[in-house]
Amino acid sequence: MANWIPLWVHKLSSPPNFYRFAGVVRPWALVLALVLGAIALYGGLVLAPADYQQGDAYRIIFIHVPCAWMSLFCYGMMAIASFISLVWRIKLAEVVAMESAPIGAAFTFITLVTGSLWGKPMWGTWWTWDARLTSELVLLFLYLGVIGLYHSFEDRRQGARAAAFLAIIGIINVPIVHFSVNWWNTLHQGSTIRILGPSKISTAMLWPLLTMMAATKFYYIASLFGRVRTDLLSMESGKDWVKQIAEREGHA
Amino acid sequence: MSAFFAMGGYAMYVWPAYALFFIVLIADYINPWLRRRRNLRELRGRLARQAARQQRNPSAP
Amino acid sequence: MNHAPLGSACAAMLRRDLTLAWRRRGDIVMPVLYALIVITLFPFALGPEEALLQRIAGGAVLVTMLLAMLLALDAMFRSDIEDGSLEQLILSPQPLALMLGMKILAHWITTALPLIIIAPLLAGMLHLPTAVMPVLVYALLLSTPLLSLLGAVLVALTAGTRRSGMLLALMLLPLCVPVVIFAAGAVAAAQQGLPWLAPIAWLGAALVMALVLAPLACATALRIALDA
Repeated sequence: MANWIPLWVHKLSSPPNFYRFAGVVRPWALVLALVLGAIALYGGLVLAPADYQQGDAYRIIFIHVPCAWMSLFCYGMMAIASFISLVWRIKLAEVVAMESAPIGAAFTFITLVTGSLWGKPMWGTWWTWDARLTSELVLLFLYLGVIGLYHSFEDRRQGARAAAFLAIIGIINVPIVHFSVNWWNTLHQGSTIRILGPSKISTAMLWPLLTMMAATKFYYIASLFGRVRTDLLSMESGKDWVKQIAEREGHA
Repeated sequence: MSAFFAMGGYAMYVWPAYALFFIVLIADYINPWLRRRRNLRELRGRLARQAARQQRNPSAP
Repeated sequence: MNHAPLGSACAAMLRRDLTLAWRRRGDIVMPVLYALIVITLFPFALGPEEALLQRIAGGAVLVTMLLAMLLALDAMFRSDIEDGSLEQLILSPQPLALMLGMKILAHWITTALPLIIIAPLLAGMLHLPTAVMPVLVYALLLSTPLLSLLGAVLVALTAGTRRSGMLLALMLLPLCVPVVIFAAGAVAAAQQGLPWLAPIAWLGAALVMALVLAPLACATALRIALDA
């Protein structure tokens, strides 16, 4: 491997080392996620005033927007890890890529449903085919495709490589879908007037939003590390370090 | 307090949204933990069977 | 060992696939029949009112074409994987991407071309105005190769896995969304008397890029999927 990559990165990518590292980091990430999340929810649900246009219904923003951001962030992480895993064949990168997919899909699903629940009282409809909603739905299908492809292979490493390739192809598609649906709208009908949430976002509403965005990032780390640890155990199940862990937990 | 739960009349949109958020993320967090327990249980079973086989014929791999 | 010159290798590959397809002529007719039946379902589902059918005609024909091609795509590499000739192709000295490009061309000729030929008939059944038919055909001539090329990459990824049919649909359809949007947009614009050249030009640009990149991606995908 290249000389500019520091030794600790090298060491970290070995499964037993990463397992230990992740095991230490994970509880802290979860605690941070829960604490920040609680603060954000208190700020958003209790402290922030009702919006003068949307009343209390706008409070869905405090979960909808962070989840939307995370749905794109997780795909980005998945694509980067996929690229690393295909170019350098690092086992850990494969696992990180494949386990980012279900987390990203979960966030995308929450985004779509909370968006519907927000859209119905505010804009009068559960669903509309505009650029943002449609490309978010396509993103969900891309996640499901990656997950499905990964699980359809007998050999998990081979499946991970194939799904990684699909993830990279898919990332090119996301901006294409977004822009093409923009053009599609203007071809068929006049551009729809969109009211993108509260007209001016006050600080009382902004800080819970940003706090929740941070909280979801830490959640992603906590969930991802848990998933990667589980995967490393099953992938390396023939190795001694895994056997020791299995026996230790059997006696617990 | 009941004003808080009423959410200005939008309660049936806001609370299901928050509930979904928690339910999906909790399910996402628990899923790998359940998988891990199942995998370790199966691994212990496999190791026990291997050990038993080793005992019966010590020459076998 | 002298390799055959590139041109004759390509011609040989094309001839081989076309001959194999011709030997199973019945298979060529299946996607066509499928498209016909699906189109007939629309009036049953939506009612025979001409104005409504005319509005959806372009889009319905495009979606039907997409689904028919999806069915046929699954079988693109299957018989070659099963008898081992695909692995021989990967090992051969000819550039794999070019050989796969020829296979994709043969597949397009045997599945998409018949569909394009009956497309005016299908559109006519849904009362698409005759003035719009040429635009539909141009859109299909540009979008079906795109579907073949994109589909080939994905079929290569699922090569050798079971249950690949549904999975292929799940993977392919999101990637086809822009193609469908532009193709249908062109037909809809022509139907309303608006200029339709822009979406067609976009399709053309996408096709040129796909012609260059997709065979390379397909070759990589095959190596990944068969690298057991």
